[in-house]
Amino acid sequence: MGGGFGVSTTSVLGGVVKRREDPALIRGTGLYVDDLQLPGMLHVAFVRSPYAHARVVSVDASDAEAMDGVRAVYTAADVAHLGDLVTQVAVGKLRPLLAGDKVNHLGEAVAMVVADSRYGARDAADAVDVEYDPLDPVIDLKEAASDAALVHEDMESNVLLAWEGGPWGDEEAIAATQQTIADAKGRDDTVSVSIEAVNQRLLPMPMEPRSVVADWNVGYGRFTVHSSTQIAHALAGGIAQTFGLSLTDVRCIAPEVGGGFGCKLNVYNDEILVCFASQQLGRPVKFTETRRDAAGSTIHGRGWVATATITGTADGQILGYELDGIADMGAYSQNFTVAIPFLGLFVGAGQYTFPTHWKVACVHTHTMTTDAYRGAGRPEAAYYLERAIDAFAREIGVDPAEVRRKNFIPADSFPGAATHIGFPMDTGDYETNLDALLETAGYEDLKAERDRLRAEGRLVGLGLATYVEVCGFGPSALVDLGFSWAAYKIPSGFSGSGLVRVQADGTASVIIGTGPTGQGHQTTWAQIVSNQLGIPVENIRVSHGDTAESPLGIGTFGSRSAAVDGSATYEAANKVRAKAADLAAHLLEASADDIVFADGGAHVAGSPDQQVSWSDIATLAYQPHRLPEGMEGGLEAHAVFSPGNATWPFGSHLALVEVDGDTGDVKLLRYIAMDDCGNVINPMIVDGQIHGGLAQGIGQAMFEDGDYEADGNLLKWSFVEYPLPTSADLPSFELHRTVTPTDINPLGVKGIGEAGTIGSAQTVVNAVVDALSPLGVTHVDMPLRPKRVWAAIQAAKTNGSVS
Amino acid sequence: MYPRSFEYVSPGSLDEATSVLASTEGAKVLAGGMSLLPLMKLRLFSPDVLVDIGRIPGLSSIEDRGDHLAIGAMVSHAATASDSSIAEHAAALATAASWTGDVQVRNQGTTCGSIAHADIAADQPSAALALGATMVAASAGGVREIAASDFFVDTLTTALGPGEILTEVRIPKQGGASAYEKLGRRGGHTDYAVAGAAVWLDVSDGAVSSARVALTGVGAKPTLAEGVAEALIGTDGSDAAIAEASERALEGVTVLDDLFGTVEYKAHLAKVMTRRALQQAVAAAT
Repeated sequence: MGGGFGVSTTSVLGGVVKRREDPALIRGTGLYVDDLQLPGMLHVAFVRSPYAHARVVSVDASDAEAMDGVRAVYTAADVAHLGDLVTQVAVGKLRPLLAGDKVNHLGEAVAMVVADSRYGARDAADAVDVEYDPLDPVIDLKEAASDAALVHEDMESNVLLAWEGGPWGDEEAIAATQQTIADAKGRDDTVSVSIEAVNQRLLPMPMEPRSVVADWNVGYGRFTVHSSTQIAHALAGGIAQTFGLSLTDVRCIAPEVGGGFGCKLNVYNDEILVCFASQQLGRPVKFTETRRDAAGSTIHGRGWVATATITGTADGQILGYELDGIADMGAYSQNFTVAIPFLGLFVGAGQYTFPTHWKVACVHTHTMTTDAYRGAGRPEAAYYLERAIDAFAREIGVDPAEVRRKNFIPADSFPGAATHIGFPMDTGDYETNLDALLETAGYEDLKAERDRLRAEGRLVGLGLATYVEVCGFGPSALVDLGFSWAAYKIPSGFSGSGLVRVQADGTASVIIGTGPTGQGHQTTWAQIVSNQLGIPVENIRVSHGDTAESPLGIGTFGSRSAAVDGSATYEAANKVRAKAADLAAHLLEASADDIVFADGGAHVAGSPDQQVSWSDIATLAYQPHRLPEGMEGGLEAHAVFSPGNATWPFGSHLALVEVDGDTGDVKLLRYIAMDDCGNVINPMIVDGQIHGGLAQGIGQAMFEDGDYEADGNLLKWSFVEYPLPTSADLPSFELHRTVTPTDINPLGVKGIGEAGTIGSAQTVVNAVVDALSPLGVTHVDMPLRPKRVWAAIQAAKTNGSVS
Repeated sequence: MYPRSFEYVSPGSLDEATSVLASTEGAKVLAGGMSLLPLMKLRLFSPDVLVDIGRIPGLSSIEDRGDHLAIGAMVSHAATASDSSIAEHAAALATAASWTGDVQVRNQGTTCGSIAHADIAADQPSAALALGATMVAASAGGVREIAASDFFVDTLTTALGPGEILTEVRIPKQGGASAYEKLGRRGGHTDYAVAGAAVWLDVSDGAVSSARVALTGVGAKPTLAEGVAEALIGTDGSDAAIAEASERALEGVTVLDDLFGTVEYKAHLAKVMTRRALQQAVAAAT
């Protein structure tokens, strides 16, 4: 399959360049926020609620305040003037910076202790005496949706809204779709298959917990804030908004960030509160999460329960898909919260043509906020759809690959294809991708092998799933749908930017508005610029993450950075190239149209012997007196790229598993992925992204469970209770690609950060259900830990459906 | 993840260590720290003084003393897992050590520490029990030996007194063969055990002549499944005999549930793991 641009051999796009950031990260010379030690820095610990729902009767901090080294203890009253936590999609109950007279989830911050040391802060937090009057919590999603008890007594309903389509927003058309599906169900020749499934809550758990240091400089009237964030510019804007400052009064720096997966795509109350404390105390203030803080007080992902129904004919033609679900928002809305299921709605019908009615209600519960976690709404949507299609295929006895192929949007529908809600899609060729997977994997042979082993009594299963993803946000016009980032003083967050500066010695600095949490920006962006200018990758340095120097870029999330900010940087490089051509033409006494860039410099076409280097060109640029009349000095350019659409990657995944029938232990034997993310800038980085994405999707399928107990307790405070997949648990992934470039950006790239996660959980569950199908098992909820798989086997045996 | 304040001492000899323990209220022995330090960081346990035995000479070796192997207090899981004499005479312990934690934990944590900590989901305590190990405890008052069967008292509780250090674990060179099987929380052998079984047995004249079976993860402590041994001794060790004997794994055990296993599931697993471990041991012994 290959991949990449297939351009000239001098091109570095599409080639493996080893990650330039790794030597620093591996040798421990990268700087993370918690490494930062500022003179006089104070430390924060929070007093957190041990209850899911309780009245706060009193807070007595006198013992804590009397302890050595304790500088202050703040409670809700101290910060009331700052209002609720600044929130982009302000639907539902917003988070108070500190809980006042009620706490609404376990781990909610009630008081903030500031002390000379982090140990002292923790000791003092333990000494704050909070009296609670516990109340019954609302935890169960169906109970929450029923409004039998209200999460917030001043709201009329726990249900904030329901995302419904398609199409979207047209009630008459939605009713017509529902009628079409009802008619199909009423036919004699159709079969309807339903699955009710939980898409369990997950804890993001990046390797580096969140950390923030705020430093108020009273002389300059300016905050400098280091934070482990995915959205430095939005954080700066959020702080400015909260404290009534201008954007130039807040400088945010995101240095090395050790993983984010969406959980650092939020402005957090602790980030605002350390700013407040720094301003009050005149000292730098640091808060670094413990793993326990991270588990209970950093956003969670997923948390849906839904019923998915497929209706179709016995030959595999699907005539209708319905999803009826409830999504858990937690107790408070933060950055995106209610918008996460909206992302699911976009791809609710996948890459299929059938009529779809998709409805997910967003409800508050007495739990931590949910928000963007790798995939964010799209893994949930793909999970229900692909589980239901698999169940339908099994019911009618048609190969699951055949059922999918039969219902794909055909390749000749592009351009012009649209999703079930009427949103246009860029490019796609789903059948070619699926066929490539089946051929590469040897699907027919695998099926024969499975059947042979099954005949021996072994529980072997094959699982297939396909997906389409929406990412690379863009378009800027999302602002018209309400996603404006205005709460963070950013009028439209969905464009990207890049700045390319050729230095006087001919090396290049690239300054970008988004920063990595492990995606390899320093390498990928150097490749983009190197490809356009011919300056070697090693002579290009990429900077990011400092709002004082970087152009506005909203952040690395939604698999958008390369597609949007990468494209902006590509265009900035082209501007520099155009000016450099003028400069080279001046040096070579030729026309700019005849200048060719090659071998680290420029020459006139046909005269490669007379080469000027980038150093020669730059030297001229920085000696304005030598320039021709009317030409400005310097050699740099900034570009903003505003994509006309999101991008729509897709793919097909296949898993082979064996289940130990005696123990319920699932062994993942092979995992084969055929992804299509358009053009590939760096195959090694793309493969790495897929590796991580697959591990996280498989982690949901097999290991991870962040659900609360019925009493609102969360028994997952560490990796002892919340097992994550490790390399020891996973097979060597077999990765392949088809390449269908997008036409909405000049690089033709679609984004790959989330695809692995979006495609994999249902692939594994489909395989395990296939393995257990001889016993009559039709569904097992994630995570497929041994105890649950064994219980499903026992239940099937008890039901007497053993063949 | 910040422990409460504590004092730290690093004695240079065993005598010094035991005298600190004898004279200090609330002192706790620190070896590899792989269980103790997380508990302290979570503030679930807050000793006033840590007595680090890591700098005491002579505690880091595995010795073959003719009729037994002696595993010193500072021998890491990794060393136990890779030692050839343990592989030969105590395969169950070698396997259990190799399945403990991850690479970093196995390099830092110690076999004696795991046994002294007595987590019900830890692998090596039941291996020591099945192998009929003897624990050697030193205190200011002298040295005493404790049979493994008397050592494990309750959850996270052993026969060690507050002033005692587990200086070594002795495994008898008793012939026969041993094996360990487990199902980990993430499936396979990774992570803490949901349930596991360690077995030792000997075969003579085509019949099982002696056997010990110990369970991991099911009850309040590592427990000898005496009924299994009783049922197995005298049989030919066939799969059928093993299957029948394994059914008695839970006699006298109150199975406890947790996040990773219901009572019913863990009870079932205990039997499965017992059966599988016995099959391996019989195969190795004959």
